[in-house]
Amino acid sequence: MSEATTAPDRPDEGRVVLDEADIARALTRISHEIIEHNKGAEGLVLLGLHTRGVPLAKRIAVRIAEVEGTPVPTGSLDVTMYRDDLRTHPTRAPHRTELPASGIDGRTVVLVDDVLYSGRTIRAALDALSDLGRPAAVRLAVLVDRGHRELPIRADHVGKNLPTARSERVKLRLVETDGVDEVRITGGEA
Amino acid sequence: MRKHLLSIDDVTADDIGALFETAAEMHDVQRREVKKLPALRGRTVINLFFEDSTRTRSSFEIAGKWLSADVINLSAKGSSTSKGESLRDTLLTVTAMGIDGLVMRHSASGAAHQVAGWLDIPVINAGDGMHEHPTQALLDAYTLTRHLGSVEGKHVAIVGDLTHSRVFRSNIKALAKLGARVTVVAPPTLMPSGVGPWSAEAGYATSYDLDAVLPTADAVMMLRVQKERMSGGYFPTAREYTVGYGLTRSRLAMLKPGTPILHPGPMNRGLEISPDAADAASSLILDQVSAGVAVRMAVLYHLLAGEESLA
Repeated sequence: MSEATTAPDRPDEGRVVLDEADIARALTRISHEIIEHNKGAEGLVLLGLHTRGVPLAKRIAVRIAEVEGTPVPTGSLDVTMYRDDLRTHPTRAPHRTELPASGIDGRTVVLVDDVLYSGRTIRAALDALSDLGRPAAVRLAVLVDRGHRELPIRADHVGKNLPTARSERVKLRLVETDGVDEVRITGGEA
Repeated sequence: MRKHLLSIDDVTADDIGALFETAAEMHDVQRREVKKLPALRGRTVINLFFEDSTRTRSSFEIAGKWLSADVINLSAKGSSTSKGESLRDTLLTVTAMGIDGLVMRHSASGAAHQVAGWLDIPVINAGDGMHEHPTQALLDAYTLTRHLGSVEGKHVAIVGDLTHSRVFRSNIKALAKLGARVTVVAPPTLMPSGVGPWSAEAGYATSYDLDAVLPTADAVMMLRVQKERMSGGYFPTAREYTVGYGLTRSRLAMLKPGTPILHPGPMNRGLEISPDAADAASSLILDQVSAGVAVRMAVLYHLLAGEESLA
């Protein structure tokens, strides 16, 4: 649901900035950072933001479980109804919001998204979270931070900082949704 | 999706799919501690009811409020229509106050269509005379879809006072769009005139024999006998209606086990539906009510939340 992921699908357009191995390394590093900061996997909940944050959250959960030996509850969060640009787009059906059975009250919730850009999706996600419960803490993990924030929001764990121009598009593809793992930059002045 | 929801003709099968998807999410909101979504914050919806209603009006009111809209209820009793103001003047007056959406029920068939032509805000038909009641049909189909997985190819029997039923008229369209096979059953006096050729076109069957239809039904929808719309003479006695067309205890046994039973409410217990049927484990009547809120949230969201240029 990130604004940066809605580029028209032209698979071989632009240049690859992260390939499969880069993405795997970045996710492994994020996973270790999360464990280190949390001092273990205790009380963690990973919530992926639609669309591509959801498989990313699952991958991070697998890595944390491998290191810590305990499963980490994951879920998905849809922020459609909380967006501040609802009225500038045609409506679309919201995706599923699924919380783990343990809930989020008193937990450390790590929001997982693919590309951090304006910060407006995360603002909406924070509003959505507060309607769903009261986490002890909320953290943010993103695979790519492309800059150009419009709100005072920053990520706690970043896979890769990618300086971009506003005219460019950053597009993540994942095996789960697109059959391939890669991050491409398209558009902008050639 | 079109600007208004006046009739099931205003939505395609794809639109219905999107509405159901949204409604499923809204259904989850119903179970949350904080039952509020901000999608319609700052929008005002007016429920204008020229006919009595409990569930539809409160359902629309709750749906609007859970989406954070401001909801105003106006009923004809105590409004200026009872002082002789025309419908058009009443509507132009309330919309001049800055209303973003209108939900209307009226006893005249076609009232919602007429009104939609006067106003430039989305109009949702909450029942117009004997014509249509689209959100009821959507919530019925949604309830059945959730229960059966899909209604495609399923045989749905719609039974009762068809002549006076807007629920039936909306339902046959909605169920046809979703691929269900429908048989409508009524006594000859309550079968709408001209339904024969009309039914062949819309792809559903008609029958006067409830006992013949029940054994093959995958779902049974009982309709209310609308005494208030009858000037008498449709059937000799209530008892006779029940014997021929009521879902009695003995008819329950004719159904395949677990066949879901629906009724749009309010029920005339003992007339068209027996307490055994209404309170059966397979009765979805209360599921319909809770689905009603979810489906109306979906409708309000899709008609009112999006681009200003569409609204």
